[in-house]
Amino acid sequence: MDDLFPEQTVRKTGRHVISALVQNQPGVLAHIAGMLASRGFNIDSLAVGETENPELSRMTFVVFGDDRTLDQVRKQLEKIVTVVRVQDISSEDYVERDLMLIRVTCPPERRSEICELVGIFRGKVVDVGRTDLMIEISGTEKKVEAFIELMRPYGIKELVRSGRIALVRSSSQRSSGSESHTP
Amino acid sequence: MTGAEVLVRALIRHGVDTVFAYPGGASMPIHQALVRHSDRIRTVLPRHEQGGAFAAEGYARATGKPGVVVSTSGPGATNLVTGIADAKMDSVPLIAITGQVPTSVIGTDAFQETPTVEVCRAITKHHYLVTRAEDLTRVVKEAFYVATTGRPGPVLIDVPKDVQLTAVVPDWDPPMNLPGYNPYREASSRDIRRIAEAIRRARRPIIYAGGGIISSGASPDLLEFVEKTRIPVALTLMGLGAVPGTHYLCLGLLGMHGSVYANYAINEADLILAFGVRFDDRVTGKLSEFAKHAVIVHVDIDPSEIHKNKPAHIGVVSDVKFVLQELNKIVQPGDYTDWLRQIDQWREAEPLKFEDRQDCIMPQAVVRELWELTKGEKTIISVGVGQHQMWVAQHYKFMKPRTWLSSSGLGAMGFGLPAAIGAQVAKPDHLVIDVDGDGSFLMNVQELATAFCEKLPVKVIILNNQHLGMVVQWEDRFFEGRRAHTYLGPIDRPEAVGKGGAQIEEPYPDFVRIANGFGIPARQIVRRDQLRPALEEMLSHPGPYLVDVLVPYQEHVLPMIPSGATVRDIITE
Repeated sequence: MDDLFPEQTVRKTGRHVISALVQNQPGVLAHIAGMLASRGFNIDSLAVGETENPELSRMTFVVFGDDRTLDQVRKQLEKIVTVVRVQDISSEDYVERDLMLIRVTCPPERRSEICELVGIFRGKVVDVGRTDLMIEISGTEKKVEAFIELMRPYGIKELVRSGRIALVRSSSQRSSGSESHTP
Repeated sequence: MTGAEVLVRALIRHGVDTVFAYPGGASMPIHQALVRHSDRIRTVLPRHEQGGAFAAEGYARATGKPGVVVSTSGPGATNLVTGIADAKMDSVPLIAITGQVPTSVIGTDAFQETPTVEVCRAITKHHYLVTRAEDLTRVVKEAFYVATTGRPGPVLIDVPKDVQLTAVVPDWDPPMNLPGYNPYREASSRDIRRIAEAIRRARRPIIYAGGGIISSGASPDLLEFVEKTRIPVALTLMGLGAVPGTHYLCLGLLGMHGSVYANYAINEADLILAFGVRFDDRVTGKLSEFAKHAVIVHVDIDPSEIHKNKPAHIGVVSDVKFVLQELNKIVQPGDYTDWLRQIDQWREAEPLKFEDRQDCIMPQAVVRELWELTKGEKTIISVGVGQHQMWVAQHYKFMKPRTWLSSSGLGAMGFGLPAAIGAQVAKPDHLVIDVDGDGSFLMNVQELATAFCEKLPVKVIILNNQHLGMVVQWEDRFFEGRRAHTYLGPIDRPEAVGKGGAQIEEPYPDFVRIANGFGIPARQIVRRDQLRPALEEMLSHPGPYLVDVLVPYQEHVLPMIPSGATVRDIITE
């Protein structure tokens, strides 16, 4: 009878990136955050911003869970009237970025050393103080985390991250392979 | 034209003939507008906003049309919360309109300000805070559309007082702005073929049908399907009335207090056709053991219900009426002789039973007598929550959809009387009876005033055992019978600590005098031979009437599958 029931899937646990287009109205973020909390879904990261259409915002979530949890997250999001479309981006070929601002301790004699690392990671120094530097880094989660580890020995004073944002690659480019991991 | 005027005219344009509305500072302009249109829209004044919300639900459940309740801001709005949550759980189309403090003071903790939308977000299907009077017609249009389509539910419209007072030139037919809302779902022909194939292969199929059948108006299609295929059907609490309760293939209620034979049949089935249901824990018990050997076909209009609690082998997102109509075109009668014979054996061995004692009035006997006296009539029964609710569900045979009004998912005590009032407003030619418990009844007892003052001839039967019977039952079964605040009389009586005698002495409160105080005739009965004459007297009385029936508190609702257990753990005595 197996042919009748192709929907039965194995439960795989993993990290998923979900993208939701929502109506740009007051309270939508609170609604979605409240729904996720009240149903006990665990969100690793959440980023919100306007899109090319001023009436729509895009929310990007990173959810950790098995396929059934993910299925519920997606369906419960879709059930919210102000949510226009939900996509499990991680099931497709996509680009993801995380933006970080980090302030590290940096006496003048170490400036060039740190700037070299920033260059390798294609970051930018955006503010220079007498004893510290503020650096902007964007990229995949792995890259951003690798940079944090590199900065730790110097002394991290403060850091902030935007949370993951992601978009699916256009289909014409899909054949060009997976995302480049060059830093 | 003021915003309030626009709002009321918009309601009329959406076919609203009745609102349940309790005024207050922030909703006065709406009431002024309602008075101006009293020739076209009836305003029923409940005596508590919760009563208003339940009455609007009673109206909606009895008709399928959205019920409308109006309250003021702050406490008026928070008093609606239980009713809104109830409508969400049971998928009842409800429009809740709340007054709000003027936009200029929102967020300042103004007098009678609560962030109503914030409070109600998780318990509504959708919600609006209207900040411009020009938006009112669009918001009302969207609210009715969202409340009544797809899986129905409550929609909240919060209207600040200045918006109610702003002069505006309305656009009566504005475009809706709901880009993410696509409620119409129909199964593909492939899905239909897969379901039909699963039916063809089954030897022991059963239908597990619920509120979705009633919401989608699919009762005639379900009955046709049942009679065509000869597949028996078990019903959820929300599904009672979906097929006639006396039908041979109707096994009645399943789940925690369902019949033994319905639960055995579900357990032994090789195919479960789950139509418009949500695999609630009160139905399934322990999920992993529920229908363990069966192929599960699950049809629901809400995609999030498919695979939510129990993974389905065939999960179909669709209006269940469409699926049944398509199946009815192709299904053939199956040969289920052995299966039906097996179910008959279970039914004979373990029927729904109780001891109809003559030395007192058994609660089940009241329900059976009521059924005998009203079965030919246009009757609507509402209930509170607890033992009495289950006894009605078990022993009254609901023949038609929308004749059984029960707070099923939320389990909100105090539902019975206001729901009966709402149903009576909607269906003046029907006999509407609230069969209540003494605990539940007291929770919205003030609505007796609504029944009297609005000239609504609802009947009330209280199955009065002086206790919170269902909690007592659980105390008896799972807490060694220790009474913990489950006796509803004075705390110095022996019953308060579980040392009462067999008989109820000096029942408290005096429901007859309470009813009389509200202007409603009433009588109390204690002897079995008083039962039928009292019910007959109640039924022949033209106005509202209350019968207080003293019943033994020792009686348990049986059978019972304990919470989280399986059919093997069923308690039958």
